[in-house]
Amino acid sequence: MDTTLHLLSLAVETIFIGNILLAYFLGMCSFLAISRKVETSMGLGFAVMFVNGITVPLNWLIEEYLLKPGALQWSGIAGLGNVDLTFLNFIVFIATIAAMVQLVEMVLDKVSPTLYQSLGIFLPLIAVNCAILGSSLFMVEREFDFMESAVFGVSAGAGFFLAIVTLATIRYKLKYSNVPSGLRGLGIAMLITGLISMAYMSFSGINL
Amino acid sequence: MAARKNIKTLTEPVGISNPITRQVLGICSALAVTVKLDTALVMSGALIFVLVGSNGLVSAFRNLIPSRVRIIVMLTIIATLVIFIDQVLKAFLFDISKQLSVFVGLIITNCIVLGRAEAFALKNGVLPSMLDGLGNGLGYGMILVLVATFRELLGSGSLLGIPVVPEMLYTENGGWYMNNGLMLLAPGAFFVLGFLIWAQRAMTNYTEE
Repeated sequence: MDTTLHLLSLAVETIFIGNILLAYFLGMCSFLAISRKVETSMGLGFAVMFVNGITVPLNWLIEEYLLKPGALQWSGIAGLGNVDLTFLNFIVFIATIAAMVQLVEMVLDKVSPTLYQSLGIFLPLIAVNCAILGSSLFMVEREFDFMESAVFGVSAGAGFFLAIVTLATIRYKLKYSNVPSGLRGLGIAMLITGLISMAYMSFSGINL
Repeated sequence: MAARKNIKTLTEPVGISNPITRQVLGICSALAVTVKLDTALVMSGALIFVLVGSNGLVSAFRNLIPSRVRIIVMLTIIATLVIFIDQVLKAFLFDISKQLSVFVGLIITNCIVLGRAEAFALKNGVLPSMLDGLGNGLGYGMILVLVATFRELLGSGSLLGIPVVPEMLYTENGGWYMNNGLMLLAPGAFFVLGFLIWAQRAMTNYTEE
């Protein structure tokens, strides 16, 4: 019971208070580029949630059993027990993410062509989305355990989904307003994001 | 003639086609590391190093890389350079590297690096590519330093950690001035960068349709 509650509060905290996009600025590039249409932004949001939910726990396993100091003890080979490979984590994580994205793409193509149709074009983009690599790095920095990292992965993706769909809907309405010429596009999107992020800050009073 | 073209490659991304405000690349870190000026400077330095190195290396290998696997090859080159700079920062500037936390690692997925490798280095020689990397790095650094100057000055009343606003002006000491706490938080970053983009685009007369 206690752990369920803990995981739930972690999820709420990652989605609202420490939103990966609005509080940590990760995944801004795709956030700004793909928020012109509501449907595409939803597609990207789902894809991020999906891939993040897989890669964060996967990278946790890699960190725990391959990279951490003393992680290779299970191999039983003398001398490997106290090898510290943490400096390799960037390159290993990005390779895992790229491979995972490729794998997810292939599996989806076989298993669920409809889902593949809707997520398809976004999957390659995701390999270089900083939100994905960022969540894996945050997972290491905050020293989560396996369950925590799984919950963190999914809810960080959910936070991204929420933020990008919010911006897309606002930008849809914005089409009809007269924005000063230099501010059109990126500039106004940035100011709106600032306002959304301010609104999300009101969640920070929640005590969990 | 070639020299003039090289100079243009170097200077254009600093002003007119600035990577952040015009090409919309590398915004994540521009917002995240700009609470203080010193982190912004270190981050810009790290990015310039990675960008010059990766553009140079990708350009040197451009005829050997099969185009089907180019993304993963480029990512490997970039990741290696990032690991290098991360270890250097941890060794010599430990405090700042702690503050930058995951954002040094995120240079790997910083769109500027991959974007310039893909758009420029794969098609051009080694020297122009390195100049392009340097120019884009400087353009990125310029925006970072500008945002950080505003945020640190307005948010904590200091620059590079040195207090700039006179002590006696603060309300605690009977004055009228107060730091704007919002500047230190996430929304402040969005607002400052939004206005900077506006200013840059108004000056270069650029409008998105």
